Amino acid sequence: MADHKACLYEKYVWEVPVRVTHWVNMLSIVVLAVTGIIIGSPRTLGLSGSDYVMGWVRFVHFTAAYAFAVSVAARIWWMFRGNRYARWREFFPVISSGGRARLWETFKYYTFLNKKAPHEVGHNAVAASAYSLVFLLYIVMALTGFSLYAEHRPGSLMHVVMTPLYTLFSNQGMRLTHHMVMWLLIGFVINHIYSIWLMDIKERGGVVSSIFSGYKAVQRKE
Amino acid sequence: MAKKSDDHDEMKQCSGTAGFWEERGVSRRDFLKFCTAMSAALALPVSLAPKIAEALESDSRPSVIWLEFQSCTGDTEALLRAANPTVGEIVLDVLSVDYAETIMAAAGYQAEEAKHKTMKERGGKYIAIVEGSIPTGANGAYCCIGGKSALEIAREVCGGAMATITVGTCASYGGIPAAAPNPTGAMGVKDAVPGATVINLPGCPVNTDNLVATVVHLLTFGKLPAVDGKGRPQFAYGKRIHDNCERRPHFDAGQYVEAWGDQAHRKGHCLYKMGCKGPETFHNCPSQRYNEKTAWPVSAGHGCAGCSEPYFWDSMTPLYKRLPNVPGFGIETTADTIGLGLAAATAAAFGVHGVVSAFRKGDESEGAKEE
Repeated sequence: MADHKACLYEKYVWEVPVRVTHWVNMLSIVVLAVTGIIIGSPRTLGLSGSDYVMGWVRFVHFTAAYAFAVSVAARIWWMFRGNRYARWREFFPVISSGGRARLWETFKYYTFLNKKAPHEVGHNAVAASAYSLVFLLYIVMALTGFSLYAEHRPGSLMHVVMTPLYTLFSNQGMRLTHHMVMWLLIGFVINHIYSIWLMDIKERGGVVSSIFSGYKAVQRKE
Repeated sequence: MAKKSDDHDEMKQCSGTAGFWEERGVSRRDFLKFCTAMSAALALPVSLAPKIAEALESDSRPSVIWLEFQSCTGDTEALLRAANPTVGEIVLDVLSVDYAETIMAAAGYQAEEAKHKTMKERGGKYIAIVEGSIPTGANGAYCCIGGKSALEIAREVCGGAMATITVGTCASYGGIPAAAPNPTGAMGVKDAVPGATVINLPGCPVNTDNLVATVVHLLTFGKLPAVDGKGRPQFAYGKRIHDNCERRPHFDAGQYVEAWGDQAHRKGHCLYKMGCKGPETFHNCPSQRYNEKTAWPVSAGHGCAGCSEPYFWDSMTPLYKRLPNVPGFGIETTADTIGLGLAAATAAAFGVHGVVSAFRKGDESEGAKEE
């Protein structure tokens, strides 16, 4: 144990675009969920007919939606530009046999089947796979959200671009999807916060502070 | 006053067959008012009103065959109660309706003969108007007229028409007969006769002003008006109900009806929380309205049912709730209840996992190794 620590050094893992998009996503998801719940079942907050409470709530929702969409797009672009911990390959461990082995080991740790916590420089295999699903949900949210938004102006560029979505979903089905995926993402957030707490304790790589600083404690190669 | 209007130069120029309408008891003034109203309904510049007048006065009135299949005759009823112009004007003067079961005097073989005569003599030049859905199950046995199935009649009549106008949601998309489980295999005209030139005027019932405007467009320009992705004319279905609603300021303000008959309902606040489907429905109800332009559902205090959207009976229900029921869950379980349950279950599961992890001894990690 002691000799492990002696070899530790601070490795720069999360580059600036990874950390910035992480926090923009987090902030916009919080704002989008809160305003989205209000839009879905509003309370009577307006005192007079000339108030604009719902108008502002929707404005904040749409603004946060644009911020979120740009952030998700930037992160996907960085999957092809960033370091190996940011690359798309990291998020699909299932495509390599080594990745599948790591996936199985980590799964066994989470289900108490073994006691060896995963030790990864980047994401552990289960987390990385979960993020690929989460990004899929992000894309579903952005597409259904902007499709609903574009309906205020049929024939506009956004409405035309979203044409396949209107064929794929009934209007109410699109709303229901947009609503349910929000709850799935809320479930993910609970899972995510729990898992970083667990891994920060068990893995001792400083994973929580790494998303602020970009550095993790990593053993030097011998 | 009336004389002054009659002397309007521009209008007078195009009154080729002067007296055509006067003979039928429609004053010139009312006729021109109608033409101007039509240009407004079609979102055309008012300078085109004379062109509309000219088209309506020409002798080549198109023949119309009005077919009725699986319907409640609600659209015929809407037409018979048309205010502008009166039904007599439409039926006798603008259009030459050669076949329409509900209103024609002829019956049986006589009626069939009138239909066939029109199709034969004016092939490719008549307008077919279809009301009601077309059943395709059991070889069309669910709806037969004169020994022929609705599907056969539609193929024959719509296939040979200059254009087919579907009135009401049933003829456009199958409507209520096509609602799950759709026992008769009902469908709209475009699905049943893919080769026909069809324009959809959904709604329950069709708004007669939109029907008349579509016909006027056809007469004036010789073609159907521009349509949206669901085959509906853009002049009538180009905007969302929610965006033109008279109660919209209350939506933006944040003032909602919470229960039928509550204070907010009496004050005319927004019906969003009562399941109004205005935000998902495209129609000009708020501006064109029904019943001599006096009212429409939302003005009467009831939310929009989304009747002019395809499959509304399946997709817009429950009518008094914002979101559809989630398949597999009870009808009283809303998406939010399920979501909240999901979040709570996630939190509980990870809470237990956390307690187990915290008390578990002997977990080890080598720390991440650089590779």
